[in-house]
Amino acid sequence: MKYSYYPGCTLRTKAQQLDAYARASAGVLGFELEEIPEWQCCGGVYPLGSDEIATKLSSVRALNYAKEEGQDLVTLCSACHHVIKRVNDDMKHVEDIRTRANNYMQLSEPYAGETKVLHFLEVLRDQVGFEVLKEKVVKPLTGKKIGAYYGCLLLRTSKILAFDDPENPRILEDFIRAIGGEPVLYPYRNECCGGYISLKEKQMAKTMCDTITESAKGFGAECLITACPLCMYNLNKSAGEELPVFYFTQLLAEALGVKEQVDAQLGKKAAVYLEQSGEGCKCQGKLNEPGEERTGTQDRNKEEQKETCEEGGRDS
Amino acid sequence: MNSKKSQAEMIQEISGVNPLKCMKCGKCSATCPSFDEMDIKPHQFVSYVIHEDVEALMNSKSLWKCLSCFACVERCPRDVKPGKLIDAARQMVVRQRGEGYLSPDEIPELLDPELPQQLLVSAFRRYRR
Repeated sequence: MKYSYYPGCTLRTKAQQLDAYARASAGVLGFELEEIPEWQCCGGVYPLGSDEIATKLSSVRALNYAKEEGQDLVTLCSACHHVIKRVNDDMKHVEDIRTRANNYMQLSEPYAGETKVLHFLEVLRDQVGFEVLKEKVVKPLTGKKIGAYYGCLLLRTSKILAFDDPENPRILEDFIRAIGGEPVLYPYRNECCGGYISLKEKQMAKTMCDTITESAKGFGAECLITACPLCMYNLNKSAGEELPVFYFTQLLAEALGVKEQVDAQLGKKAAVYLEQSGEGCKCQGKLNEPGEERTGTQDRNKEEQKETCEEGGRDS
Repeated sequence: MNSKKSQAEMIQEISGVNPLKCMKCGKCSATCPSFDEMDIKPHQFVSYVIHEDVEALMNSKSLWKCLSCFACVERCPRDVKPGKLIDAARQMVVRQRGEGYLSPDEIPELLDPELPQQLLVSAFRRYRR
């Protein structure tokens, strides 16, 4: 089974693990994530204004690509999932937005919400099945007490996202059981981590996350799992060493026995970046050296070096 | 008066919210994680729109404390969507040239090595045009 895959900006940069563990795990579970070429950032937050069209177009482009491929669209980041699913709903049900977005897009066939949007967790639950996942686990996380942190963006608004019960969700708990762990229920698992407020109101976000992490610890959680890089960042500010926060895909990869392999790949990438970043990017300086005789080979080298350089730059 | 009225109309148009649907149960304010930080509380937003005092909303610090967590939208028994009303007021501020809650010059000192791109993108979308 192949899916059109929308990674999103942060999975290319700060949250590479979230992406890499998911891809490797998908391989074990028998499905493939085909990255949508030239996807554009979803904007991180759903544009709420009913007259906002341009800010929804990057989602429409991704959705239409998946439609043309005849595939469902899979996301991993909670925010991308939230934005793309809601824009898809608009395209399906809100005539004004559909008409105006299509006027911008000028597609050969107008897009009207045909694509099915799935979060990776929904693929695990509804397409793979947690029972099948359980059978594929080679290193169960037996005895590990794991708190699921849902946050807002996976669940609300539930009429549109239709992801799980917004007040008493269970998909992450079922996931934890499938990989052999022991889910810890705590009351703040679907409360907000502060989201983008942490850019300017750092203390406010910290206070909110303290409540969440204290609650999780109080109910006996040894770690938290999340699907959102921003939740991860905010929670890490208050969770401390006692309560590590992991992407759910990391524990998935661990249970499926592919974590080491992914870590080695990520390590290599990081090493390349470190080598390049000593005093800025050395290869760029070298390329621009004047008077250098340009031959065909050098030009080719130049292209190659440039590619590595940009690759490294994304790691920053 | 005239301009005030058009602002109230505009806020309803952007948000798609009908403030008259509200029955003042206060559930939105009860569930809001930013309640303590807000000068105008979520359940009061509808009243400001009904009384056409949009200027007060646009000057409220509540606009920049809302987290877009959709707790109020999810839990409203009348489907009023207070969060959308707050966002419409925020839009009316940031759509004015140079207005907003974040300027690019502030960014460098707000950064730290772990900060995800998602945070900058999201904040810019909500705080600035």
